[in-house]
Amino acid sequence: MKLNLGKLTAAALFMALSTQVHAGAVDTLQQEYLSAGAGPFSAAKGEQMWTEKHFDAESGKDRTCQTCHTADLTKSGKHAKTGKVIDPLAPSANNERLTDIKFINKWFKRNCKWVLGRECTNQEKGDYLEYLRGL
Amino acid sequence: MNTKSLTGLIIAGVLITASHAALASGDVAAVNNQQYSDECGSCHFAYQPGLLPERSWKKIMSSLDDHFGENAELPAADQQMLSDYLAKNAGDHSNYKRSVKLMRSIRNSETPLRISKIPYFVKEHREVANKIKGSTKVKSISNCEACHQKAVDGSYAEREINIPGIGRWED
Repeated sequence: MKLNLGKLTAAALFMALSTQVHAGAVDTLQQEYLSAGAGPFSAAKGEQMWTEKHFDAESGKDRTCQTCHTADLTKSGKHAKTGKVIDPLAPSANNERLTDIKFINKWFKRNCKWVLGRECTNQEKGDYLEYLRGL
Repeated sequence: MNTKSLTGLIIAGVLITASHAALASGDVAAVNNQQYSDECGSCHFAYQPGLLPERSWKKIMSSLDDHFGENAELPAADQQMLSDYLAKNAGDHSNYKRSVKLMRSIRNSETPLRISKIPYFVKEHREVANKIKGSTKVKSISNCEACHQKAVDGSYAEREINIPGIGRWED
């Protein structure tokens, strides 16, 4: 079999570019957190926080990230209150995930407040992203 | 044709056009702002602006940090843009049939935050409200599109109602 170098290079370039798009938003954000004094970031820590329960006094219920996103991030989730479908969060199942900085920031703010009752620290956000990017 | 009858025809034409403009067809104006659909529709049905008066939208949009118990905060520029869209297209600036009925039923002294608390809405859903209680498919009375099959187009006609587990609905 003759190797088609041109095609191979194109494929490699395409793969490099597409991962770059993926890594872009996460890398930029993590760099921002590092500059502000946070880091290094750990996927294991991110995963542990992801499943951690936080008691919400007002509703009398525990809240975790999984309440809406479910335990399997390659599957769709459901808004706890309205039932609206939430697209899979794992980049392997949904290539739009973790690509848009504005979108990531918006949901960190809303969801950290919903689950933790406060905004997340840069360290926490970096850890969450480190965990999620590997899914 | 003489001048008199021609003038009559023109007047009739103007009147017909004017009455068409006054009576918009459909129930409420459909959402025509993609950012609104995206931002608000990611968590719940993107309610048409014509379902609430301007004063209600203003109140809702100024308290997004506690949006019916959820945090729905937006960057300031986006919040402003969506507030403007809602205010401009609010029910009290609309001549669509259901907007007019909803607005007429609200007292001037009141600023409802929930469409489902507006007297006209309550009246229209009086019978069905109890029937859908506990329904996991409808989930809540605020989930318009669960039963109104063309809700997303701003159409809430009775013939388009199909309630999960109950079926068609006629008063």
